[in-house]
Amino acid sequence: MIYFASFLIGKLNRNAIPSDLMTLGAAVSIVAGLIFGALIITYLHKWKYLWKEWFTSVDHKKIGIMYIIVSVLMLIRGGVDALMLRGQQATSVGIHHGYLSSYTFAQVFSAHGTIMIFFAAMGMMFGIINLVLPLQIGSRDVAFPFMNLTSFWLFFAGMILVNVSLGIGDFSAAGWLAYPPLSELQYSPTVGVDYWIWSLEIAGIGSLLSGVNFFTTILKTRAPGMTLTKMPMFAWSVLCTTSLIIFAFPILTVTLTLLYLDRTMGMHFFTAGAGGNMMMYVNLIWAWGHPEVYILILPAFGIFSEVVATFSHKRLFGYRTMVGALVSITVLSFTVWLHHFFTMGAGADVNGFFGIMTMVIAIPTGVKIFNWLFTMYKGRIKFSQSMLWFFGFVGLFTVGGVAGVILAVPPADFQLHNSLFLVAHFHTMIVGGVLFGYFAGLSYWFPKIFGYKLNEKLGRLTFYLWFIGFLLAFVPLYILGLLGATRRIDHYSASLGWQPLFIIAGVGVLVIASGVFVMILQHVVSFLNRDSLKDKTGDPWNGKTLEWSIPSPAPFYNFATTPIVHSHDFYWDVKNIIKHEPKEINDILMPKNDSNAPIIGITSVFFGFAMVWHIWWLALVSLFVIVAILLKRFNDENPNYLLSADKIVELEENYLIFRQS
Amino acid sequence: MKTNVYQASNHPTGQFKNYLIGYFVSILLTLSSFFIVTNHVLTLNTAVYVISLLAIGQFIIQIVFFLHLFNERSPRYRLLVFLLMLSIVLILVIGSIWIMTNLSSNMSIPKQIQYMNNQGGGF
Ligand code: HEM
Ligand SMILES: [Cu+2]
Repeated sequence: MIYFASFLIGKLNRNAIPSDLMTLGAAVSIVAGLIFGALIITYLHKWKYLWKEWFTSVDHKKIGIMYIIVSVLMLIRGGVDALMLRGQQATSVGIHHGYLSSYTFAQVFSAHGTIMIFFAAMGMMFGIINLVLPLQIGSRDVAFPFMNLTSFWLFFAGMILVNVSLGIGDFSAAGWLAYPPLSELQYSPTVGVDYWIWSLEIAGIGSLLSGVNFFTTILKTRAPGMTLTKMPMFAWSVLCTTSLIIFAFPILTVTLTLLYLDRTMGMHFFTAGAGGNMMMYVNLIWAWGHPEVYILILPAFGIFSEVVATFSHKRLFGYRTMVGALVSITVLSFTVWLHHFFTMGAGADVNGFFGIMTMVIAIPTGVKIFNWLFTMYKGRIKFSQSMLWFFGFVGLFTVGGVAGVILAVPPADFQLHNSLFLVAHFHTMIVGGVLFGYFAGLSYWFPKIFGYKLNEKLGRLTFYLWFIGFLLAFVPLYILGLLGATRRIDHYSASLGWQPLFIIAGVGVLVIASGVFVMILQHVVSFLNRDSLKDKTGDPWNGKTLEWSIPSPAPFYNFATTPIVHSHDFYWDVKNIIKHEPKEINDILMPKNDSNAPIIGITSVFFGFAMVWHIWWLALVSLFVIVAILLKRFNDENPNYLLSADKIVELEENYLIFRQS
Repeated sequence: MKTNVYQASNHPTGQFKNYLIGYFVSILLTLSSFFIVTNHVLTLNTAVYVISLLAIGQFIIQIVFFLHLFNERSPRYRLLVFLLMLSIVLILVIGSIWIMTNLSSNMSIPKQIQYMNNQGGGF
C-alpha cells in the first residue's frame, strides 16, 4: 500500500501544504485571484476568444504582449517579496525579532531574486524583442513562429512552477543561485531547491529557443538591402544578446541538471564530500551568470539608442563605434565571470587577470554613454516620458558602473563582497539600467502595438516615483554596505545604528510600489482616452526605422509589401520623398495558429512538477506526450495559409482613408 | 509570387553524395580508433597520439560534410558563428581549467580534510 502510494504520488504528502500563515495566506490569495479571473472570463464567455486569438496565436506581437503581461505580474509578485524583505529588515532589530522566521526570510529572498531575473526581467526583454524586432528589420514574422510560441509557453510553465511552490511544498531557501553545499540534499532536504531547478530548466530552454529564433530571424529575414551595417541599433543589440543566450544558457541547463543528479541520484558533482567540488558549481553558474546580466542590459542599450536619437531629432552619434562597443561587450562578457568569486580562494594571478578584464568592459560601456550624450548635443530634445527614463538611466548606470569597477578591484572586493554595497551595485544596474530601459522602450513602442499613445503626465509621474523611490531604496544600501552590513541579514544588533537607513530603504520600496501603481493607472487612463490619444499617422515620434512606416497598430501581416532598404535610418531619409505611391500587393503565406505550443507548455508544468516530487510515471508520461506532440507538429504538411492580396488591399485602404482624414 | 516567412528554413542542403562520403569516412575513423585500442596494435604512448589525431580528423569531417562550413556563399554566417562558438568554448574551457587548478591547489578538499583531521576534528 505504502509502496503503491509512493509510486503514485512520489514524495507528495499532507505536509506539503504550508503550515505558516504568511505563505498559506499568499497561496490562498493567489489561488483565489486565479479562480476570480477564471470566473470573470467564463462569465464574459471569453475562453474561446482567448484560446483562438491569444494562446494559440503565432503572431509575434501578440506573443510579445503575453510575455509583457506575465512579466508585469511577476514584477508585482517580486515587488511584494521585496516589501516583505525590507519590512523585516526595518523592524527586526535588537530585542525585536521581525515577523518572518529566518527560514521564511531566506525563501523570500531566493524567490525574489529568481522571479525578478528570470520571469520579470527576462520576460519583459523577450516581450519587447517580440514586439519590435521583426517590424524593425522589415520582416513578416520571426524565423520560426511555432518555436516562438513554444518558447513563450515554456517560460509560462517555469513561472507557474515557481508559484506552485507557494502552495504545495516550499521554495528554495538557498539564494537565487543556490550554491552547494547548501543546496545539496543534505542541507536542503525539502523540495524547494528542486522547484528552483525545474522552473529554471524549463524557462531556460524556452530562453535558449528564443535566442536561436531571434538570432536566425536577424540573420535570415531582414528586408532586402538592409545589410548588417544598415541595421537599426536595437536589432544589433538583439543580435548580440541572442548570441550570448545561445552560448550561455546551455551552461545553466547542464549545471542545474548536475545539481539535480546530486540531489536525486546520490551523485557527487558538487557535494562537500566524496570527491565532489562545490567550487565547480560556482565556476559554472557564473560562466552563465555574468553573460546573463549582459543579456539583460544589451537590449536596454539598444532601446536607448533608438529613443535618444529619435527624441533628439538627430542621427545616432557614432553608429560604427556603437556596433563595435556592443560586439566587444558581447565577447568580453565571457571573460570576466571570476569576478563573482574573487574571495573563493584563487591566487593573485587569477584574480588580477579577471579583475583587469572586468575593468576593460567598462570601456566600451563608457563609449556608449558618451555616444548617447553626443547624440543629444545640439539636438532638439523632446522631454518625453521615454527620454526621462533615459536621463534617469544615464545617472544611475554611471554610478552603478563605477561601483562595479570598484568591486572589480580584488582587494576592495574582499571587503565589499556579499555586502549590501554589492546589492546596491547590481540593483543600480538592473533597475536603473535594465528596467528603466525596458520602460522607455514600452512607452516608445506602445502606439505601434496598440494604436494609441500613453498618457504623458502619468508617465512622467511614474518615472519620478520610480527614480526617487530608487534613490531612497538603494543609496542607503551603498552606505550600509560600506558600514559593513552583509547581504541577506534578517536580524541585527540595535547598537550598530543601522535601523534608520533600513527604514529609509523600506520607504523607498513603498515609493517604487506607488510608481508601479501609477504605471497601471496610466495604462487604464490611456485606454479610456484612447480616442484622443490615437496615433493616426503610424509615426507619432518622427521615427527613423521601418516599424514607423506601417500603420498603428501594426497589421498582423506587418508589411503589405516588403520594404527595400537603401541606407541606415532609411525611413527617415525617404518618408518625405515617397508619398503613398500605389504598391503592388501580393498574396502572403502566413503561419496558422498553433494549439500544440500551449499544450506543450501545460505538459511541461506536469513534467516539472513530477520531477520535483519524484513522480516518475508522470514525468515519463508527460515527456512522452511532449515528444508525440512535437512529432505530430513536425509532420504537419501545411502549417501555413495564404492571405489573399485582395484582403490586404482592403485592410490597407481602410488605413489610408483613415490617415488622410 | 508568394512570400514565405520561413525563408530561414530554406538554406541549401549539401548533396547526397557528400553526406554519404562523410558518413563512411567518419565510420572508418571511429572503427580504426576502436581497432587500435582493442587489438593493442600500438604502444600506449603512440596510441594516445594517433587516437587524438583521428579525433581531430573526425571533427574536421563533421564540419566539412555535415555542417558545410566551407562551401557557404558569403555572407558566411555559419563559419562566423562557428568561429565565435570555438573561441567562446576555448575561453570557457581554458579559463575553467586555469581557475579550477588554481583553486584546488589552494582550496582542495583532501587538503582541507587532512587539515581538519590533524586538528583532531573531522567533517
Ligand atoms: C561597468 C560594468 C560592470 C562592472 C565593472 C561590474 C562588476 C561587478 C563585480 C566585480 C561584481 C561582483 C561583486 C561581488 O560579488 O563581490 C558584480 C556583481 C553583480 N553585477 Fe556587476 N558589473 C558591471 C555591470 C553590471 C551590469 C550591467 C549588470 C546587470 C545588468 C550587473 C549585475 C550584477 C549582478 C546581478 C551582480 C551580483 C549578483 C550576486 O552576487 O548575486 N553588473 N558586478
Ligand atoms: Cu559579473
